[in-house]
Amino acid sequence: MALEVTQILLNAQSIDAATRNHAEESLKQIQEQNLPAFLLSLSAELANNNKPIESRKLAGLILKNALDAKELHRKNDLAQRWLSLDLATKTQIKTSLLQTFSSPVSDARSTAAQVIAKVAGIELPHNQWPELIGSLLSNIHQVETHVKQATLETLGYVCEEVDPQVVDQEQVNRILTAVVQGMNATETSSDVRLAATRALYNALGFAQANFTNDMERDYIMRVVCEATQSSDVKIRQAAFECLVAISSTYYEKLAPYMQDIFNITSKAVREDEEPVALQAIEFWSSICDEEIDILDDYRSEYTGDSDVPCFYFIKQALPALVPMLLETLLKQEEDQDQDEGAWNIAMAGGTCLGLVARTVGDEIVPLVMPFIEENISKPDWRGREAATYAFGSILDGPSPGKLAPIVNVALNFMLAALSRDPNNHVKDTTAWTLGRIFEFLHGAAVETSVITQENCQQILTVLLQSMKDVPNVAEKACGALYFLAQGYEDEGSVSPLTPFFQDIFQMLLFVTHREDATESNLRTSAYEALNEVVRCSNDETAPIVMQLIPVIMLELHQTVEAQKLTSDERDKQNDLQGLLCGCLQVIIQKMGSIEGSKYAFMQYADQIMDLLLKVFASRNATVHEEAMLAIGALAYTAGPNFAKYMPQFYQYLEMGLQNFEEYQICAITVGVVGDLCRALEDKILPYCDGIMTQLLKNLSSNQLHRSVKPPIFSCFGDIALAIGENFEKYLVYAMPMLQSAAELSAHAVSQDDEMLEYTNQLRNGILEAYSGILQGFKSSPKTQALVPYAAHVLQFIDTMYGGREMDDAVMKSALGVLGDLADTLGSHVGPLISQSSSSKDLIEECMVYDDPLIRESAEWAKLAINRAVSG
Amino acid sequence: MAPPPDHRLPIKRAAISDQQRRREVALRLQADRRSDAQNRARQLASSVLSLGPEPATEPEVEPEQEMSEASGQLAGRSDLDPVRAARLRGPEVRKWFARQLMLPEWMVDVPPSLDRDWYVFPRPSGKRCFVVSSNGTTISRLRNGSILHRFPSNLPNGARTKDVSGPASSYSILDCIFHEPDETYYVIDMVCWRGYSLYDCTAEFRFFWLNSKLSETGASDPPSQYHRYRFNVVQIYECNLAGLQASYSGQVPYVKDGLLFFNKHAHYQAGNTPLALVWKDNVCSQYVLDTDSKGQIPSQQQVVLELQNDGNLTTSDDPPVALGSLSRDLIAQSGLRVGNLVRVAIKDERMRLVDGKLDLGELQLVGKTNHSRAFADTYSKVLFQHAARHAPLRIEDLVASIQSNSSMDNSQALDVEMEG
Repeated sequence: MALEVTQILLNAQSIDAATRNHAEESLKQIQEQNLPAFLLSLSAELANNNKPIESRKLAGLILKNALDAKELHRKNDLAQRWLSLDLATKTQIKTSLLQTFSSPVSDARSTAAQVIAKVAGIELPHNQWPELIGSLLSNIHQVETHVKQATLETLGYVCEEVDPQVVDQEQVNRILTAVVQGMNATETSSDVRLAATRALYNALGFAQANFTNDMERDYIMRVVCEATQSSDVKIRQAAFECLVAISSTYYEKLAPYMQDIFNITSKAVREDEEPVALQAIEFWSSICDEEIDILDDYRSEYTGDSDVPCFYFIKQALPALVPMLLETLLKQEEDQDQDEGAWNIAMAGGTCLGLVARTVGDEIVPLVMPFIEENISKPDWRGREAATYAFGSILDGPSPGKLAPIVNVALNFMLAALSRDPNNHVKDTTAWTLGRIFEFLHGAAVETSVITQENCQQILTVLLQSMKDVPNVAEKACGALYFLAQGYEDEGSVSPLTPFFQDIFQMLLFVTHREDATESNLRTSAYEALNEVVRCSNDETAPIVMQLIPVIMLELHQTVEAQKLTSDERDKQNDLQGLLCGCLQVIIQKMGSIEGSKYAFMQYADQIMDLLLKVFASRNATVHEEAMLAIGALAYTAGPNFAKYMPQFYQYLEMGLQNFEEYQICAITVGVVGDLCRALEDKILPYCDGIMTQLLKNLSSNQLHRSVKPPIFSCFGDIALAIGENFEKYLVYAMPMLQSAAELSAHAVSQDDEMLEYTNQLRNGILEAYSGILQGFKSSPKTQALVPYAAHVLQFIDTMYGGREMDDAVMKSALGVLGDLADTLGSHVGPLISQSSSSKDLIEECMVYDDPLIRESAEWAKLAINRAVSG
Repeated sequence: MAPPPDHRLPIKRAAISDQQRRREVALRLQADRRSDAQNRARQLASSVLSLGPEPATEPEVEPEQEMSEASGQLAGRSDLDPVRAARLRGPEVRKWFARQLMLPEWMVDVPPSLDRDWYVFPRPSGKRCFVVSSNGTTISRLRNGSILHRFPSNLPNGARTKDVSGPASSYSILDCIFHEPDETYYVIDMVCWRGYSLYDCTAEFRFFWLNSKLSETGASDPPSQYHRYRFNVVQIYECNLAGLQASYSGQVPYVKDGLLFFNKHAHYQAGNTPLALVWKDNVCSQYVLDTDSKGQIPSQQQVVLELQNDGNLTTSDDPPVALGSLSRDLIAQSGLRVGNLVRVAIKDERMRLVDGKLDLGELQLVGKTNHSRAFADTYSKVLFQHAARHAPLRIEDLVASIQSNSSMDNSQALDVEMEG
């Protein structure tokens, strides 16, 4: 039962808005009235060679969107919807899609390939459509070129969609065989070869077994390397993309091929077109990533047993690799510093050089110094810029001891270049390099800082002067100041910045008011530098920071009052409001933490709160988030006095908790509830009904981003701790939620690190909730109300302990909960705890743990339990 | 120009924005504060802090060792935890700290089972203080709450160094004696460690903890830039013959001022406690007999007592013990007011025990005490000082007690253990 949809699909692309809207409305109606018929019609439309390509493409697109979505919950809904369609409909749709492969129209084939991959992504994990791969490959050698190309493209998409585990090795072998044959130089059609090369990129994740087989691996590598020499630039690029993917997926298998790969990449970097050269550089960046990770693992004392050994490829390639990268630095483009999204050979080369420095450390320095010395004073700006860029790039990695003598010599030169070099690129890179010097060779963590009381003043003078330069240079000067200040964050009252606070603030405020402050991210950088200088203020400079408050408030006031803005102005206004709220947040935190300034600061609290409440009128997510963070800081500083703001603030708090779409705001707001609990303690009680209702709603919604759920559980703990036994009325709602979440998370099987991390966050949140509730009820006559839940809490910990996937934070929280159970419920749970399989083993195990905090938690839990058991 | 690949950050672009940093800082602060709040709750439950310590007094050995500042009212209950106490200002904070130290009674007779239930160690001479490390600084406070030193140290969170193993705000509290000749804090007890309270732990556990934890931190290292003063642990002995002998006559790196005895099973209890005792004689202390306000040993025993509104003179015990009285006329004549501390001399022949209670009989007013004086004497001190002048408790008596204990070991073994 196919409907006639061609005209509607064409109308939906009409330039006439009315026609378009009408058509979209019709499509929606058909879909709602009869989904199977709608999907059938779309697939038939896509397969029909007599239909116009425009309607076929849109049919495919709508079909694809009916199968998949970005948001996880919607994605799951759509998958369920597809699975529940009747078999005949699904079979017919799939048949139409496969038929489309023979279409002479390449767009139609390509669209069908994507839709098939979506269907496969849903069905293969459910063991449905097992014949897909077979039918795709059955006659791959006989079909026409364009069908072959579509087939390979589809295989690539399928590999991208589905998890390697759902395809058995035999099918993997067949896919790889077809793909690698398609890539082979003997393949005459470059369309087929390109489709095969791109398919291999996606199929690499399936090739674990094949890469452990020497012969198969040699073959795949040979074909990939040959493809890098194709006459078709697209094939070369795709082949290098494969090499990059191989470098991270199969690092440990690369040793036999490295010499060849070096030759290939080195030639491409020097001679090939930019997209290819960029991938060739990316290969080496990717190898650096791997080796940095492995060497980090070697260094960390907890996981000395890295599964992958370091082959020191970078170290071995160093004498040839570094000169190759240095050459790229001279290939700058004229406008690269003005374009924020710019990416070219010089930028990729410098980025790679920086990674190489982090990989090998000191060894890179003698290889780069001659290049710097040769070019730093060249008449051509390219030489000077490249030399400076090289220097800046290698500052992270080598030891401060190795770099400090060079920096000490270079510093004056750099300052002079920043003031006087005629070229903006050179000044831009010089200011950036200064920032890197301050970031890595200055501050409490560095034994002997290259910055002294004496040169600090000179540096400041030059930096402040450069803030009047063109926007991109001024922006880098602000960034350099940021890192200079950061080095003094822990300095206390002897900071050399102290005498310059006033000048610095004046200049930064001047920068934020520059006409061109929205270019090159300048205004943002100026506020960020301002924040950092505020962070390193102390008793002595606090009064100067205090003078900043009315200035920032006035600016914020002006943005709040501004009206009738164009949408472009509105955007800029939002950016500015966000920055100002961020600045207030930093000031509040800092002034609140300096005892001498806290009380003087609090006189501004009413006005600040008033302004922040007005800021909520803005509809911008970033602004809300920043305002919410500032309010959290204010609540902590104000303590119980914050209660007076609650009546007006509460509505915005509730709004924030209800903001599912911009889940970051929701998450921040949940955190602020925690701040409020600690500030107000039992004065938060009148608002708890509303807050708890909303939090419980959030937890039961499948639309809220999952990352917000762990903090919500922790927040239960915060509330319970603040209101004590008054939490009793929420137990009947909160406890079942905690129990079911606990059950899920205790048994969760984590397939990947990300999932494991989330599961542990969830567990930690649940445990923090239990801790807060137990502690909140302590010494209350209502303690009895918790006794029935004790068994479940213990079981939760037992199950997690059995599963062996707890991270340190969870372990510590679990120990805390064991202690809290014993402490609050005492003899009521003594026998239960004695029976718990984990409590004893977990505690004993943690007593000898490396982390002292865990060890102590364990020793304490043991103490509390002993008391409970004996008392 | 094409943008860089998703995962590849151009080296000239900042790795994280300040906004991201603000977000992370806020989250970290929230997590730290939550953990603080939890630890606070964990301590308050069983903390002796909340049980209301008695008005306290310290055994004073010489005027120059007394506190330079008097703290006012000592009555009232303390239910603050150290975190909140740290937020108190001025006189409040002094008042709070003044009530937190555990104060040993003077040993007027030998407790039973000395060798089984007690520890002994030579007490360093110096200023008794509470040392609190948190948030990157270390502060020592004298018994009256006034600050002795503010300095960086290797104690947990005791200096602003990059090494943080836990929330910077978690605090540690040590009970110390600051020994001036070698500028060293001798740690005689551990009250809190990395945010965990040890108030409700036995002395046995506290000393074990003290010995194992302090060495981990490098607090006993020689002074350096981020570690202004050295913290040393005092050698603590089982109170058997050998331990007593070692404490009494052994060499120690500090000036000795008597011996301290701690009951192994006693919790850390703020205020006076009979579960910690001090004893001294001329061999192990330079200051056995009390001096007067001029630093001389008076011919007659003098005691410092507090004037009550009924004219009675009382000790600083809780409840206060009345040892005598002043006539209304005398009070009026000398301009004394209720609450004043007065120094009185005892006429020996008038002193006697009535129904097990000390009666000093007629008291002779010597004068008001100087400002530095904060507390009246305790009952046990008056007794000890009196005994020291007439029939002192000698080291031989202690030895004899231990020997007799060990000879009748079995009969004593059934004694109920003390619960502190």
